[in-house]
Amino acid sequence: MKVLLALIGRDLRLVWRQRGEPLIGVAFFLLAALLFPFGVGPDTDLLRQIAPGIVWVAALFAVVLSLERPFHADHEDGTLEQLALTALPLPLLVLAKALVHWLTSGLLLVLAAPLIAVIYDLPGELLPVLLLALLLGTPILSLLGIVVAATTLGARRGSILIPLLALPLFVPVLILGVLAVEAAASGLPARPHLLLLAAGLLLALPLALLAGPAALRQALDEG
Amino acid sequence: MQRYANPGRFLRLADAILPWAAGLAAALILLGLYLGLIKSPADYQQGDSVRIMYVHVPAAWMALFCYLTIAAASFVALVWRHPLAHLVAKAASPVGAGFTFVALVTGSLWGKPTWGTWWVWDGRLTSVLVLFFLYLGHIALFTAFDDPRRGQKAAAILALVGVVNLPIIKFSVDWWSTLHQPASVFRLDGPTIHPDLLWPLLVMGLGFMAYFLAVLLVRVKDEVLSARLRALALVQAGV
Repeated sequence: MKVLLALIGRDLRLVWRQRGEPLIGVAFFLLAALLFPFGVGPDTDLLRQIAPGIVWVAALFAVVLSLERPFHADHEDGTLEQLALTALPLPLLVLAKALVHWLTSGLLLVLAAPLIAVIYDLPGELLPVLLLALLLGTPILSLLGIVVAATTLGARRGSILIPLLALPLFVPVLILGVLAVEAAASGLPARPHLLLLAAGLLLALPLALLAGPAALRQALDEG
Repeated sequence: MQRYANPGRFLRLADAILPWAAGLAAALILLGLYLGLIKSPADYQQGDSVRIMYVHVPAAWMALFCYLTIAAASFVALVWRHPLAHLVAKAASPVGAGFTFVALVTGSLWGKPTWGTWWVWDGRLTSVLVLFFLYLGHIALFTAFDDPRRGQKAAAILALVGVVNLPIIKFSVDWWSTLHQPASVFRLDGPTIHPDLLWPLLVMGLGFMAYFLAVLLVRVKDEVLSARLRALALVQAGV
């Protein structure tokens, strides 16, 4: 437990000291979302309609871009092998990494999303649904993404591979997240979609804790 | 299962099965094409374009079945460290991508005269497209490592994580009922499709299955032999 907390503290400190990094992710998220009006024109009604989708797609891109952070630097300088040698079981290592990744990426996106919602004039009563969906969905992205990132450790072209491998896996989250907001927008209950997202989170957690360590183990074997 | 971990034994078995599988595939597909293209009646609404279905539906079945094969092989490879299972997963991946591509293209060709559009963002279509990208990712990850054994394991883990998508594809037509028709062959209350159309479809399905088996055997044999060549080259270089 102490090792776990120490690891989480270390990773958070590392991210914090490199200041810019999570903020660049958020800036990318905002910028990607703001490109759409240039692409589809300044039609307020249309933009209001597609706002939830834009927020989700931009969030997916922002998460995918930050997936290299959790493992790759540690893998390159050998820290990952040292971590694997500590008393910390590998599943907890994966959990700690996923938690730090979510805190420094998904959570920040949830905090930044209202800004986009305001700019797109999303009706106020939809905002809580959108934020709740993001709050449930982004941890799934972190958990699945971190497994994908672990499988690409040591690969050539690792940074290009991650989006190709991760985005197809993210599609169900995207569909459910957008459906939740659209249901609320057309006066239907958003609850079933949110419950499905929560179920997805409960499914992704054990999946990541099984597959993540397996992926790390094969990455550490090579030496 | 462990018996066939011996590549020599596998090669002998593969050589014994291969002509049968290839012959069966050719016979069944020819028979299926005859039944489907000439013998079976045209649909009263869709006309002759219904015949695209005899290629489209089996290809879509195989797209799912190939992924299931890859996932099962990956599981066996990771749990029992079965060396041939990795090769099966590697060999099946491009074949599955091919089937998925055929299913997408034929579906699109059928959609144009029937729905009036090449593509709709319907649940089934979208999730099959996602499946296509899963195949591409699997192939890419296999070849991304300098050490082929690492690529095998990484790809196996990815394949198992991607399995979550299979039920989503299977049930997508029930969840988002849009344009794509619901399942009409595999139903609890029996097929709702007319026997005249069902028989050619089933023959084609079996033919595609035999074709997959034949191609898979050839490709796995090829992998085994290339591994042996690599090993021989290493021995020679060492001496």
